[in-house]
Amino acid sequence: MKRIEKRKITNLIALSASILCAALGLALLFLILYHVLVKGLESFSLGLFTQDPAPPNRAEAGGLRSAFLGQGLLTTAAVLAGVPLGVLGGTFLAEYGRDSKFCRLLSQLCDMAVSIPSIVIGTFVYAMLVKPFGGFNGWAGATALAIIILPVVIRTTEEMMTMIPWTLREAAFALGAPYHKVITSVVWRASINGIFTGILLAIARVAGETAPLLFTSFNSSFFRFNLSGSVPSLTVSIYQYAASPYESWISLAWAAAFMVTIMVLFLNILGRVLIKLRTRG
Amino acid sequence: MTTTDSGVELMSVNNLSFFYGTNKALSEVTMPIKKNRITSLIGPSGCGKTTLLRCFNRMHDLYPRNHYEGEIVLDGVNILDKSMDLIKLRGKIGMVFQKPTPFPMSIFDNVAYGLRLNDIGNSSVLAEKVEKALRQAALWDEVKDRLKQNAAGLSGGQQQRLSIARTLAVDPEVILLDESTSALDPVSTQKIEDLLLELKKEVTIVAVTHNMQQAARISDFTALMYIGKLVEYDETETIFARPANEITERYVTGRFG
Amino acid sequence: MKAAGLKNNIFKIVCAVSSVSILLIVAGMLVTLLVESLPAFREFGFFNFLTSSEWNYSQDIYGARRPIFGTLLTTALALIVSFPVAIGTAIFLTELCPEKLKGSIGTALELLSAIPSIIYGMWGLFVLAPFLEESVQPLIKKTLGNLPLIGSFFVGPLTGGVSLFTTSMILAVMILPFMTSISREAFNQVPPILKESSYALGATRWETMSKVVMPFTRLAVTGGATIAMGRALGETMAVAYVIGNRHAALDSIFSPYVTVTSVMANEFNEASGIKLSVLFALALILFMANFLVLSLSKKLLGSRS
Repeated sequence: MKRIEKRKITNLIALSASILCAALGLALLFLILYHVLVKGLESFSLGLFTQDPAPPNRAEAGGLRSAFLGQGLLTTAAVLAGVPLGVLGGTFLAEYGRDSKFCRLLSQLCDMAVSIPSIVIGTFVYAMLVKPFGGFNGWAGATALAIIILPVVIRTTEEMMTMIPWTLREAAFALGAPYHKVITSVVWRASINGIFTGILLAIARVAGETAPLLFTSFNSSFFRFNLSGSVPSLTVSIYQYAASPYESWISLAWAAAFMVTIMVLFLNILGRVLIKLRTRG
Repeated sequence: MTTTDSGVELMSVNNLSFFYGTNKALSEVTMPIKKNRITSLIGPSGCGKTTLLRCFNRMHDLYPRNHYEGEIVLDGVNILDKSMDLIKLRGKIGMVFQKPTPFPMSIFDNVAYGLRLNDIGNSSVLAEKVEKALRQAALWDEVKDRLKQNAAGLSGGQQQRLSIARTLAVDPEVILLDESTSALDPVSTQKIEDLLLELKKEVTIVAVTHNMQQAARISDFTALMYIGKLVEYDETETIFARPANEITERYVTGRFG
Repeated sequence: MKAAGLKNNIFKIVCAVSSVSILLIVAGMLVTLLVESLPAFREFGFFNFLTSSEWNYSQDIYGARRPIFGTLLTTALALIVSFPVAIGTAIFLTELCPEKLKGSIGTALELLSAIPSIIYGMWGLFVLAPFLEESVQPLIKKTLGNLPLIGSFFVGPLTGGVSLFTTSMILAVMILPFMTSISREAFNQVPPILKESSYALGATRWETMSKVVMPFTRLAVTGGATIAMGRALGETMAVAYVIGNRHAALDSIFSPYVTVTSVMANEFNEASGIKLSVLFALALILFMANFLVLSLSKKLLGSRS
C-alpha cells in the first residue's frame, strides 16, 4: 500500500521537474528573442539602411548601409558558387552514383563537412585566399560562405531526389528520353520544392555566420559595390560594435542583430512553408 | 473442448458506451465475463472489439478526450469510476498486445519489470517469481540458460510468450489478449493456444481475435460485435452451431459483407 | 541518338566533378591545416605543444593546454546543464503537453536552433553575464564555495560576468533547442504499443519514461548529445564575448579563461610567424576533434537500426 503511494509521489515529482525544465528552457529561449526584438526595435530606424555609422557618442547612431550591401554581395556570390555546384553534385550522388560505394562515402563526407566548425573554414580560406594575396578580400569571404553552403545543398538535393520514386523515371525512360533529360525535366521538377527549401536553409545559415568572415572579408566602412578588398558584413559589424564601449555603437549592433534574426527566421519559416506545400500537393 | 457449465461471473459490463472525442465507438454493451473461462471477442475490423478490450484496463485513459459511459463492475467496484486507481487496476488486469513488445533489457528484467515496480526487493523471491512466470508461459526451458541476454534476441513466438510471462508475473486476475497471435507463425500460435487453455485454470482470459477458428478452438464464450454494438453473446458452441442472430450466422459461416 | 548520349555523358561528368568538389575541399582543408601548423609542431614538439600551458608573446612560446582545457571544460559544463533540461523538456513535450501546443512548441524549438550564434553571444554579453554575476554567482559562492578543498573554485572575482561559467551557460542555452528537438524526436519514435505494455503492467508515466522509453532511446539521445557537443566544441561567436580570452591558470569558474576558438577569434588577425602557425595548429586540433565527435555520433545513431 505504502509502496504505491511512494511511486505516485515519485511520478509527480519527476513530472513536475520536467514541466519546470520545459518552462525554464522555453522561457530562456523566448527571452533571447524578446531582448533582440525590444532592443532591436528601440535602435531601429530607416537610417539603418541609408547611412554610414556615425562616430561614437553622437546623438545619431547612423546606419549600416555598407554592411547590408556587403552582406548582400557576399551572400549572393556564395550562393552563385555554392548552389549550382551543390545541386549538380547532389544530382550525381542521387542518380548516377546511387549504387556506388564511393558516392556513399561522399555523402558521409558531406555530413561531416556540414559540422566542421565555421572558424576552421575561415582559417583554411585565409591560408588559401588571403595570405597569398596580401590582404583581406570579399572573394575570400564569399568562398568561405560557399564552402559552408556546398555540403548542405549536396545532401538536401541528394535526399530530395532519392525520395522521388523510381517508377517516375521509368515512365520518362519509356518515352525515349535520355537520362540527363529525365533528370532535368522530370526528377528535378518533382523535387524542386525540397531542393529550394534546402537552399533557403543554407542561405539562412550563412546569413548568420560570423566566424568564417573574421579572417577573410573582415570589415570595412566603405560603401563599395566590389568584392576586392575588405568587405563589411552585418555579422562582423555586430561582433565589433557590440564589443565597443560606445552606447551608440552598441545600439547599432542591436539593430543589426534584430535584422539578422528576422532574416534568418524568415528564411527558415519560408522553407518550412514550401516543404508543407510540397507534401500537401 | 468447451465446458458447458456456465461459470461464476467475475466482471459484468453494464450498458457500456465509449467515445473517442465525440465519436461513439461502443454503444450500450452489456455482457458478463466469466471467471476462469476464455471469452473471445470477434467481429469484422472496426467493430469495436479492441476498443472494448481496452476499456477493461482503462488503456484509453492514456489519450486525451476519450470518455466512458456505463460501467464495468469487478469485485463490486465500477472500474470506470474516475477515482479508480489505474495503477492498481492494471496490476489486476494484465494485457498482451498484438505484437511482441520486449522491453530493451534482459529476459529476466523483462519478466521482473512489473514486480520491481512494486518493490519485490528480495532477490531470491524475485528470481522465484520470474521462474514461475516463465514456466507458466512455457518459456522457462528455452531461456533458463540465457536469462541475462537481451530479450530482443528471442524469436517472435518466444517474445510473445515472454510478454505473457511478464504479464503473469504480477499475478493478475484477468489477462486481456489483443490479437496476440496474429503476428505469429502457426507453430508459435499453437503453443500459445495450448498455453491459454492451461492458464485459464488460474486466470480469466478475454481475447480479441480475428481468427474464428481460433475463437472456436479455445474459447468458452464468444461475443460477436458489429459497428460498436454487441450482436450476440453466448457459449462458443452455440454461437458457432446455432447462432440466434442472422449477422452472427453470416459472420461465422464466412458469408459476411 | 548519339548527340543525346554525348550530352548525357557531359552532364554526368559535370555532376561527378561537382560531387567530388566536396572531397577536394575537405582534403584540401586537412592538408592546408597540416602544412600551416607544421612549423609550430616542429618548433615546440607535437606532444609538448599539446601539454604546455605556456602562452608567452614576448618570447614567442606557445602551448595548447589551456585553450584545449578551456574548450573541454566549457563544453562539459554546458552539456551537464543542458542535457537534463533538454530531456525534461522533451518529456514534457511528448507526454504532458496539450496536443494543441505540441506542434507549435516543436516548430519554435527548431526555429530557435537556427538563430545564429552571434545573437546568442550578444545576448550572453548584455543580459546573461550581468544576471549571472549579480544573482547566481553569490548563490554558488554561499553554497558550493564553502566546500572543503575545492570551495575556492566556486568563489571568484567580479568581472562583469565575463567568465568560464557564463561561457558554459551561454553554450548550454545555445545547444538546448537542438538537444531538445532530437530527444523529442527519439521519444516520439518509441512505438506506442511498447509504452502501453509498460502502462498495462501498472507503471506510472515516469516509470514508463525512465525504465522503458529512455533505455529504448538511449543511443539516439546520446547520439544527439554528441552532435550538440560537437557544436559546443567548435562554437566561436557565442564564446568570444564572454570568455575573456585570459591566458592564466584557472583559479575559479568565475574567472575569465581561454578556449581554442576564443584564441583564434581574438588573436588570428594580428598573428604572424610562429604564432600564426600555432593558431593553425589549434584549428587542426578542432578539425580533428570535430571529426572524432561526429564519427562517434554516427556510430551511436547508426547502430540503433
